[in-house]
Amino acid sequence: MATTLADDLRPMHHPHSWVTRYVWSQDHKVIAIQYSVTAIAIGLVALVLSALMRLQLGFPGVFPAIQPDNYLQFVSMHGMIMVVYLLTALLLGGFGNYLIPLMIGARDMVFPFVNMLSYWLYLLSVIVLVAGFFVPGGPTGAGWTLYPPQAISEGTPGHQWGIATMLVSLAIFVAAFTMGGLNYVTTVLQARTKGMTLMRMPLSVWGIFTASIMGLLAFPALFVAAIMMLFDHFAGTSFFMPTMQSMGAITPTEGGSPLLFQHLFWFFGHPEVYIVALPAFGIVSDLISVHARRNIFGYRMMVWAITIIGALSFVVWAHHMYVSGMNPYFGFFFATSTLIIAIPTAIKVYNWLLTLWRGDIHLRVPMLFAIAFIFTFIHGGLSGLFLGNVSVDVPLSDTFFVVAHFHMVMGVSPVLVIFGAIYHWYPKIFGRMWNETLGKLHFWITFLGVYAIFLPMHYLGILGVPRRYYALGETGFIPPSVHLANEWISIAALIVFAAQGLFFFNMIWSLFRGPRADPNPWGAASLEWQTPQTPPAHGNWGPTLPTVYRWPYDYSVPGAPRDFIPQTEPRT
Amino acid sequence: MTILARLAEKSWEPASDRDPAASSGPRPSAGGIGLGVYFAVALVMFSLLGAAYVMRMGLHASMGHADDWVAVPDPPLLWINSGILAASSIAWEIARRSFDNGRTVRAAATGTALGLAFLIGQWLLWRHYLAQGHYLSSNPANAFFYLLTALHGLHILGGLVAAAWVLAAHNLLNVRLCAIYWHFLLFIWILIAALLVST
Repeated sequence: MATTLADDLRPMHHPHSWVTRYVWSQDHKVIAIQYSVTAIAIGLVALVLSALMRLQLGFPGVFPAIQPDNYLQFVSMHGMIMVVYLLTALLLGGFGNYLIPLMIGARDMVFPFVNMLSYWLYLLSVIVLVAGFFVPGGPTGAGWTLYPPQAISEGTPGHQWGIATMLVSLAIFVAAFTMGGLNYVTTVLQARTKGMTLMRMPLSVWGIFTASIMGLLAFPALFVAAIMMLFDHFAGTSFFMPTMQSMGAITPTEGGSPLLFQHLFWFFGHPEVYIVALPAFGIVSDLISVHARRNIFGYRMMVWAITIIGALSFVVWAHHMYVSGMNPYFGFFFATSTLIIAIPTAIKVYNWLLTLWRGDIHLRVPMLFAIAFIFTFIHGGLSGLFLGNVSVDVPLSDTFFVVAHFHMVMGVSPVLVIFGAIYHWYPKIFGRMWNETLGKLHFWITFLGVYAIFLPMHYLGILGVPRRYYALGETGFIPPSVHLANEWISIAALIVFAAQGLFFFNMIWSLFRGPRADPNPWGAASLEWQTPQTPPAHGNWGPTLPTVYRWPYDYSVPGAPRDFIPQTEPRT
Repeated sequence: MTILARLAEKSWEPASDRDPAASSGPRPSAGGIGLGVYFAVALVMFSLLGAAYVMRMGLHASMGHADDWVAVPDPPLLWINSGILAASSIAWEIARRSFDNGRTVRAAATGTALGLAFLIGQWLLWRHYLAQGHYLSSNPANAFFYLLTALHGLHILGGLVAAAWVLAAHNLLNVRLCAIYWHFLLFIWILIAALLVST
């Protein structure tokens, strides 16, 4: 049952009503926007939670409404929402859905109905997650890692119902992601247009493709862990629950292994870091290349690095467990594999810098965000080398150094890329231009602001300030300057928080009042900018699919009439 | 072209520019690729459960406590169910290989019915264990048994829905995918049964 290009032979699904066009839509572009809006909305909840945490940490005792239980719940929900429900959903469900078919020259995803189902299941998982705020006891306060036994034991906030809504929501999310991921992978493998070989795909597609494969292989671990913990919680099994004394009484469970949960969780959790990072790597490569008017340096090496990072990230998970009580030889193995990842990652960083080198750099807003990403990513990557070493990690474990590290490397960095990507593709998605001044203002406050927030946290961590503490209290080793630093961080965080209003105002205002965008305002060579309509119509390409004759990075080619040659232009 | 040769392609060189029509050779169907990728997902899920099973097995005893692991017995029903699932897989294989439409439908329907019989058999197996006092929370071996069979059963259920849909829509091209899915579930079941029986 082989078809040359399944996509052209298959009858297209055509929406007939407003509801099938915009609500129960099977069009990848509409689903992408649905995914993005939902992810950003729930991300805003997590942003508010972080502001509340900073209020407590910067000004302890000033806000009596924030009790220790609430603080732990804010920490947990903030972490889980940001990592899973915002970043994963936005980068793969949002950008993956929008960019894959357009960049490889397909009319849609190969399974449009499953794609639609994926979004609605994702929305359901978000609703169940939010329901956690309203159940008795509130959401879980077990930390985003949800370690048992404490996650389901008395004393932890939300140990009864909050944890249950969280676990159920995660299980639904995994099902939703699997449906989406199968689509992204199969579409890339099966529905590329004529001439679009694997090595002519833009790096954005490579990043999203590899991250989707990783997600498909990593999320089952979270699924299994969530189901097993639900069994422990509601059915009295002892997968993870050891023999315990709780509130003076022996619990009925015995013999379970909390470490087993940690292995399962981090078998998902570490690849998850790269599930978020690889799409960002891909997208930032394209932003840098387009706005520096240069072909990406070392394209092949970039593709290989993406796949090698993806593969290696499955054998490093236990570096999150150095202080959990493992055989020291495990620590040695996982430290080594962790540090090896620095090699392909460094190759990528050098290639970004070498692409910029002697480029015709246009410092437009997307480019500013892309360059800012290189800063924050190098920064977060280097602190990762510290934490990857067992002997350095042990004293730094559970301190603010770790908080600073992962926020720099997988919080701030991908978010900067997401901002850059939204500014970059907005003219194609909505056919309007945003306001440049507001965009730049948003960029500078955000970029300088995140340094003001996270740089001091490294120092706090080295001093030994623990993470996830509601208040530091009277502690001998913590000098008074720490409190001052905390105030400073909180003020910076609130300014950055408020500055995001500029972004939302710009995006919403431009949707209605922005000037009409040129179909290819940045002069980009890749396929998505060559659509017959802007925004692309249903089916993307008009009557015939485009044919690809070259790679997507023909910029500033000597002798060419323009400084870019679209992928659809035949060689003469 | 092998995947390695593809990845070594120098796409920036004009020499890499082959005739676009030549580069669009036959590709496997989307359904086939999607199913293959899903097998990887399911395989990871069941492998992780298998790893958890082995990790949990000797844990309590290794910490100096009385062993809390009491393996479930293997009643004849376990073997009967396995036989039914194997027969179901064979029926699907006949459906896949058949060139005669009527025979394909008959074989596929038999495969589907046998799949349903397997599910009912598994349900009876659960009832049998419960009657003997092997409850979910009695000990970790039981918990794993119920968890593994439930997840496998859900996959069978999904396969039955898909098979019913294929038969109702008379979409005989997809019989091939159903057959492959069934073989995969048989393979997973053999692994699960081997794990349960051997421990």
